Amino acid sequence: MADAAEGQTRTAISADMQKVVGSELSRMVSYPISESDVRKWALAIYYPEEPPARFWDQDAAAGSPAGGIVAPEDFNPFAWLRAQPRGVSRSSAATDADSTERSLGIEGPHLMNQLNGGVSVEYGAPMRPGDVITSVTRLGQYSEREGSLGLMLFTPMETTWTNQGGEMVKRQTLVLIRY
Amino acid sequence: MIDVSSLKAGDELEPFSRTTDFHVWNRYAAVNDEYVPIHMDDEAGRAAGLPGAIGMGNLQWAYLHNVVRQWLGDQGRIVKMSCQFRNPNLRNQTVSACGRVTRIEPGPDGVEVDLEVWTQDQDGHKLAPGACTVHLDR
Repeated sequence: MADAAEGQTRTAISADMQKVVGSELSRMVSYPISESDVRKWALAIYYPEEPPARFWDQDAAAGSPAGGIVAPEDFNPFAWLRAQPRGVSRSSAATDADSTERSLGIEGPHLMNQLNGGVSVEYGAPMRPGDVITSVTRLGQYSEREGSLGLMLFTPMETTWTNQGGEMVKRQTLVLIRY
Repeated sequence: MIDVSSLKAGDELEPFSRTTDFHVWNRYAAVNDEYVPIHMDDEAGRAAGLPGAIGMGNLQWAYLHNVVRQWLGDQGRIVKMSCQFRNPNLRNQTVSACGRVTRIEPGPDGVEVDLEVWTQDQDGHKLAPGACTVHLDR
């Protein structure tokens, strides 16, 4: 964190961090979504009760307006393993509060902790079994303020998902809070 | 089935409620690959300045979708959703996802409805307040 001279407001946003605003943070391509992935997701988010049949029963889903099984809007096709980048990724992003900036080759703000501060999503085409989703995430504009946990740094991550047909699946902004 | 003609601001959705603890969080971690220490271990939660282990924000997010989907059925779709994670979901809390109609805007092929949505604990304290827009078919 940048030191502040006496009388100045302290900041966690360095000049290097300002320069990388707008940079691409990640680009991922999912494996084709499977019906099993959708079923397990639905079971987890509705547990312990049975999820709606349209997420797991082909016959029920076929008679719905969607005409077949669709994934819940909040479904994540990138969990565990992605087609690109290939291989198992054991990212330190969840525990390393500097991982965002490190991934861009610069020093992070050296704050100790991080939390998901909030999320905003616009939905487009639904995700269906067989779909291949591409995700591109860019770094938004930093902001900061003093809060109950000390200096709090807000980092928006702006993500767009598209399917194999080029249709927008969702546009999301997630705000990472570091303190 | 939603009666679109009688829908009005202030109408409340039937809440979606779950008692949350590791048995719920572990299942979500399993599908979202979200084995993060603060969601798995009380000590890790305390080390991060929290009362103990906390539930995933992503699961609160899912519950907000669940309450809206439960109301919509096959009658429409979620257009937009947002929320802020204001308070942590602690072990053994009963979390309810709730919703209330705030605005109704008729369109050529249906109705756009804005909702206030939120999750709350068993004492009514809000955890994740947010907003949602849905499209209802005529």
